[in-house]
Amino acid sequence: MNTKPKASKAQLAEQFRSFIDPEYVITDDETLKPYECDGLAMYREMPMLVVLPETVEQVQRVMRICHENDVPVVARGAGTGLCAGAMPHKEGVVLSLAKFNRIIKIDPLGRTARLQPGVRNLAISEEAAQYGLYYGPDPSSQIACTIGGNVAENSGGVHCLKYGLTVHNILSVEMVTAEGDLITIGSDGLDSCGMDMLALITGSEGLLGVVTEVKVKLLPKPEVAQVIMAGFDSVEKGGDAVGGIISHGIIPGGLEMMDSHAIIAADDFAQAGYPREAKALLLCEVDGTEEEVHEHIAEAEDVFRKLGATSIRTSQSEEERALLWKGRKSAFPAVGRISPDYYCMDGTIPRRHLARVLLEMEKMSDEFGLRVANVFHAGDGNLHPLILFDANVPGEFETTEAFGSKILELCVEVGGCITGEHGVGVEKIRQMAVQFNDEELQQFHDVKAAFDPTGILNPGKGVPTLKFCQEYRSIEHKQRKHEQTDAAHG
Amino acid sequence: MADMTQQLQEQVLQTRNNGQKLNIVGGGTKSFMGRAADSGAGTLSLAEHTGIVEYHPVELVLTVRAGTPIKDIEAALAEEGQCLHFEPPRFGEASTIGGTLACNLSGPSRPWSGSVRDQVLGIRLLNGKGEHMRFGGQVMKNVAGYDVSRLQAGAMGTLGAITEISMKVMPKPAATATLVEEMALEDVIDYMNRRAGEPKPITGACWVDGKVYLRLSGARSAVEATAEKWSGDVMEGGDDFWQQVRDMQHEFFAGNDAPLWRFSVDSTAPNPKVEGSWFIDWAGSQRWFRGEATLADLEPLAKTAGGQVSLFRGGDRSGDVLHSQPEALKAIQRRVKNSFDPDGIFNPGRLYSWL
Repeated sequence: MNTKPKASKAQLAEQFRSFIDPEYVITDDETLKPYECDGLAMYREMPMLVVLPETVEQVQRVMRICHENDVPVVARGAGTGLCAGAMPHKEGVVLSLAKFNRIIKIDPLGRTARLQPGVRNLAISEEAAQYGLYYGPDPSSQIACTIGGNVAENSGGVHCLKYGLTVHNILSVEMVTAEGDLITIGSDGLDSCGMDMLALITGSEGLLGVVTEVKVKLLPKPEVAQVIMAGFDSVEKGGDAVGGIISHGIIPGGLEMMDSHAIIAADDFAQAGYPREAKALLLCEVDGTEEEVHEHIAEAEDVFRKLGATSIRTSQSEEERALLWKGRKSAFPAVGRISPDYYCMDGTIPRRHLARVLLEMEKMSDEFGLRVANVFHAGDGNLHPLILFDANVPGEFETTEAFGSKILELCVEVGGCITGEHGVGVEKIRQMAVQFNDEELQQFHDVKAAFDPTGILNPGKGVPTLKFCQEYRSIEHKQRKHEQTDAAHG
Repeated sequence: MADMTQQLQEQVLQTRNNGQKLNIVGGGTKSFMGRAADSGAGTLSLAEHTGIVEYHPVELVLTVRAGTPIKDIEAALAEEGQCLHFEPPRFGEASTIGGTLACNLSGPSRPWSGSVRDQVLGIRLLNGKGEHMRFGGQVMKNVAGYDVSRLQAGAMGTLGAITEISMKVMPKPAATATLVEEMALEDVIDYMNRRAGEPKPITGACWVDGKVYLRLSGARSAVEATAEKWSGDVMEGGDDFWQQVRDMQHEFFAGNDAPLWRFSVDSTAPNPKVEGSWFIDWAGSQRWFRGEATLADLEPLAKTAGGQVSLFRGGDRSGDVLHSQPEALKAIQRRVKNSFDPDGIFNPGRLYSWL
């Protein structure tokens, strides 16, 4: 969007206050401050103003006013995102959906829940528990993140291989368009006529519309879940064990891997009894009926043993299961204890390249002089390297970013992608030029224009301009040539 | 086993330059779906664009050219003990994976295994400008860019020609069993939903001719224990029954010209009161109807049931055959179509009269 907003901050605030509780139209710097970033706090921008509407009709009016005045709009849930997707626009409005926090209806028979977008992910499962049901996707931030944000990012979690991402677990969304129209995409059926617009909206990072209601599917809670913890003396063996389980025909509910840095940090933090000498640790959770879990646990233990596990421990109680998971679930804060700051990456790779990717990452770690710990959603190939750095050391964050960028490019090189579940936002917009060519990026821009002709929804995120990409690729090209020349002369 | 990309691309560019149109055809087994094809348009045939590009059983990922027949894919997967979990219907030996995705077709396991669109990880697509583009990837999770891959499900080729698909495959279940018992239509909706809400290995739930059929699949011990616990008789030849349901070979579907209507609705909705016969599948979410009616008659009933209706096969295909759309959604879909196919060369009018 190139045009300058047609209305001043004061004029907009006045218009908004005519139909939104004036207390929820925020214009002063002190109250605006908490909105300047999302979960990726390295990227910050103060918004022009923030509104917290309380009805869908108010959201529509906000959108109409912003549309008329060419004012950028950034929709925001809980602000837990990790790609600066909810970072404000300095000449724009942050549209917070925080007031939309009601579970509208749970249908136990149909196994669905109708939700306002500000409902927290975990709250859905907590409410559904009384019916023996739960909501599948469980991102690490589930205690705080909202279902509206989950739709925007197509959030995953540790159970994706078996239970899918957000896109697999929603039936419909109600959405306000850039022009202020209210539309419903999807239905109460499992599919709808024509092109799959629901899939297109899911993961669109707030660039196509503002979601005001979501209908999700709920799943019956498995009778039993047990987790096997298996240690291996090499990353290769750990990777082979993941393949071994899947080749055996078992689809685990969760299948997580940690490298030695992450094992030790997590065990120090959670005292989970992890094998500290192991080079790779697998947590393999099997869920289902009692008979099924019994059968599959025995088979999985056998597979791990044959593939060279140096230690195997299977949870015998819910407490033990929770303890074994505690280390993994607290891996991020645990790593936070051994370093002043850490930067979480989110690449995805075909699993067969795991050993190569980890090895090359170790090399890069030496080159950049920064430590890296790895937690890995092994079942679905989603890698979360945590780069350890100190933001107080001048230039260290920039080095960290450069390191991170190289990791993502490596993921693309081996046939993976730059983001598995965190989204592109501002953070990975540069790497979009590595994964997609100009025709593909232009197609994305054209799709965006079909929903948002004037480009007011979350501008500058998700898809880079072609000009930017050409510049980025050319810098990269020059650098690579330079490196090659250096290498040739070295 | 040939890569026809270049020829396909050239044909699209030439057609565009000549101001002509194209009907996209794979195996030609789904020509009965959608509105009648534009008789003045040429044919863009994907039938020769076949072959498995990559298959890594350990990754559970398969990449195939869009014209590859389902039967060839299933044969390759079976060698590794894997399958297409969504049970695509095979309307003939020639049914292709590309057509299956374009028409968004999934079989009886769909509520539990997910649909064809749910298994898609990435595609390559020839758009109306003749650009051959890659979206998504070969990994389970990929949120970079808009989900153009899954958008194709149900678009019936109106956004471009899918040339390659990467999708998730799954291990074949170790055991299956089918339970059958008599039940009235009034009772079956509630019954199937209650069963689907239990944490048991259910992978099929349908009702036809006064009988409810439940399928269990998974670990042998779990299937046997559940079959023992639940009511109904274990059916001999249960697998054959589900094959018939899957491929629409069951006698309910016989007769190609008589209209066959498809309701995709809230699984718990009471069945619409209308004269005719019903086949209830997907634990109540997909309901087939045969009877004298028009789209205008049935739309309000589908809406009351929380979903949509379409004329799946037979009947008059000159008018619209899919549930009508509100104006705001129509406008967006026209613009989306335009963004992929600005000259409207692909499958004109096949999906909607207005697209």
